[in-house]
Amino acid sequence: MGSYDKDLNLEATELRLGLPGTDQPEPTTNIIIHSNNKRSIHQTKEEDQEGASKVAASKAQIVGWPPIRSFRKNSVQPKKDRAGTEADVSGIYVKVSMDGAPYLRKIDLNSYKGYDQLLVAIQSMFRITIGRYSEREGYSGSEHAPTYEDKDGDWMLVGDVPWEMFTTTCKRLRIMKGSEARGLGCGV
Amino acid sequence: MNYFPDEVIEHVFHFVNSNKDRNSISLVCKLWYRIERFSRSRVLVGNCYAITPERVIARFPCLKSLFLKGKPHFADFNLVPQDWGGYVYPWIKCLEKNRTNLEELRLKRMIVTDDSLELVAKSFSNFKSLVLVSCEGFTTDGLAAIAANCRFLRELDLQENEIEDHRGQWLNCFSESCTSLVALNFACLKGDINLAALERLVARSPNLKSLRLNRSVPVETLHRILVQAPQLVDIGVGSFVCDPESETFLKLTALLQKRHSIRSLSGFFEMTLYCAPAIYPLFSNLISLNLSYAPAFPGKELIKILQLCGKLQKLWVLDCIGDKGLEIVAYSCKELQELRVFPSDPDGDGNATFVTEEGLVAISSGCPKLNSLLYFCAQMTNAALITVARNCPNFIRFRLCILDPTKPDAATLQPLDEGFGAIVQACKGLRRLSISGHLTDQVFQYIGMHAKNLEMLSVAFAGGSDKGMLHVLNGCEKLNKLEIRDCPYGDGALLNNVRKYETMRSLWMSSCNISMGGCRMLAKSMPRLNVEVINENGDLNRDGDDDQLVDKLFVYRTLAGPRTDAPDFVWTL
Repeated sequence: MGSYDKDLNLEATELRLGLPGTDQPEPTTNIIIHSNNKRSIHQTKEEDQEGASKVAASKAQIVGWPPIRSFRKNSVQPKKDRAGTEADVSGIYVKVSMDGAPYLRKIDLNSYKGYDQLLVAIQSMFRITIGRYSEREGYSGSEHAPTYEDKDGDWMLVGDVPWEMFTTTCKRLRIMKGSEARGLGCGV
Repeated sequence: MNYFPDEVIEHVFHFVNSNKDRNSISLVCKLWYRIERFSRSRVLVGNCYAITPERVIARFPCLKSLFLKGKPHFADFNLVPQDWGGYVYPWIKCLEKNRTNLEELRLKRMIVTDDSLELVAKSFSNFKSLVLVSCEGFTTDGLAAIAANCRFLRELDLQENEIEDHRGQWLNCFSESCTSLVALNFACLKGDINLAALERLVARSPNLKSLRLNRSVPVETLHRILVQAPQLVDIGVGSFVCDPESETFLKLTALLQKRHSIRSLSGFFEMTLYCAPAIYPLFSNLISLNLSYAPAFPGKELIKILQLCGKLQKLWVLDCIGDKGLEIVAYSCKELQELRVFPSDPDGDGNATFVTEEGLVAISSGCPKLNSLLYFCAQMTNAALITVARNCPNFIRFRLCILDPTKPDAATLQPLDEGFGAIVQACKGLRRLSISGHLTDQVFQYIGMHAKNLEMLSVAFAGGSDKGMLHVLNGCEKLNKLEIRDCPYGDGALLNNVRKYETMRSLWMSSCNISMGGCRMLAKSMPRLNVEVINENGDLNRDGDDDQLVDKLFVYRTLAGPRTDAPDFVWTL
């Protein structure tokens, strides 16, 4: 397996074209994973391009590995240097609107650990059901679809991108209803 | 024994408490079966779908205490879709309908709703104890119902549950006349609680022995509680954030110097190391210490503390303790029986310290009483495992998780077969085993040959062939639960010894080489098993070809037939 190469540090002696000091993103072992959100995630370590050759760190994110309860995983956050650590501490408050509702609500995205929790909260807040998410069909099985406005001003379907990316790019949420909602996910 | 009156036999049975023994007793003869069933008050149902609640209550009408387990173990690691099942409501409804005098309810990996908790609270006037482990589906409103209605509540123990916190006043809901609390654990709650209500509750609970606070309780409140409750033996200190120059810190330090009765400590969610001196006096009396939620503890401080723990029997830490820290534990904690070392950096993209085979070897040579291990490490070697096996032949539980799941022996680059083989050979009493690293069929041959008392085996990312799984199924006589993920076992392995599955509680296989045809064949030949295909991604076609690969399979014996509450992506074949 690839781990042998890492131990021998073949990378150091490899002849390559390119300026010294630049690191190519390390190829990860492509283990196929499916999460509860029914997405398949292929994560490459683009974040490593700062030149920190963290050999041990280049792992694909395997679902359910290491085998610790999600409660523990979420509680013991490592000393990650995440972009926008300000947000971690103070909360990411975004407005949530629902078509037909008289007023908006506000939620703290940081108080949820993932899409499942977020959707449960939204369904409870507005007393609605949102259907099941699938990459192909979007949200099927109900009249509502959760969408969000991202940094570029585009309206996106909630659930398509990894959670961390979502929390940092989401500007506001909108629960679409009815035919507009059903149009989402088909051939988008 | 035929000439004893029934009352005498019943009296004798009263002293038999273990479920296994009671099950054996009930098989001796019809008379014993009958007497036993009317005298059994504590019932364990290891798989809530193995039998209907009606049948349980019919057989054990005097049941007072029920322990139910729901989802498969791998649900803890997100491998089982959220709405797979494991609902407790039907059980509670049935208990209520039959006017069972329920006093204790213990649930593990089940979906508990606020409605269920309310029903418990209102239906059983003698209700005394609620223990929820790794459950979900409820909110603090459900807790409020329990608090408000269970006047004789002795125990409310919430362990690692996902509870939606409405930041409400559930603690206020304990009535003023409720003075019976012995144990209260709400460490897993994420929100704020009413501190005044907590203090009042503690003040009127003279029998309170165990109190585990959540992270929202400040150290000032902790101090006041400790003053009120000198009888506390087990404390979860919450966040434990304190200014070492504050009056509270000084008062706490003085107080804890006199608290010799405290035997168990946990919490420390955000502890800063400057506060550690306040608790130094406690460590020499401790039997149990859980620092696994304390990421901010630097190694040096940990070492200082652990050197004081001469009586420690149970230790849960993070791997930032390092091999050096484990050497200190080995030197200082000669009474150690259970050790769990959790990863502080599970996603592996930081510069964390970790532990290796060296730490484990040190522990094994310093702590001869060690019998239970959970060890998340960066690497392992056969030589180390062989040494550990020689030093500690008393293991009952041995769970080793190498963070890189297919990593071979770090020194020789060989598979870790020989190492684990040594463990199963030496530890004749081994009941639970989890293996990882680069493994071949050979390790399973050893397991099948030697692990005669093994009840639960967890396998992930092993190599080899169908033979591996067969060694286990054919050799491990007492096997009860087998869970496998990402291994190359196919229909041949699945179908070779189908009768075995009726002697076991359950089998889980995910990301292996099982096909629909294999599952259909299994279901057809063993009607008393539920063969559940979990079609999480929607890739499978229920009526489609036999050669479709089944990603998630859960097989369990049952007297209840296919379950009626399965979601549409779970097919019982």
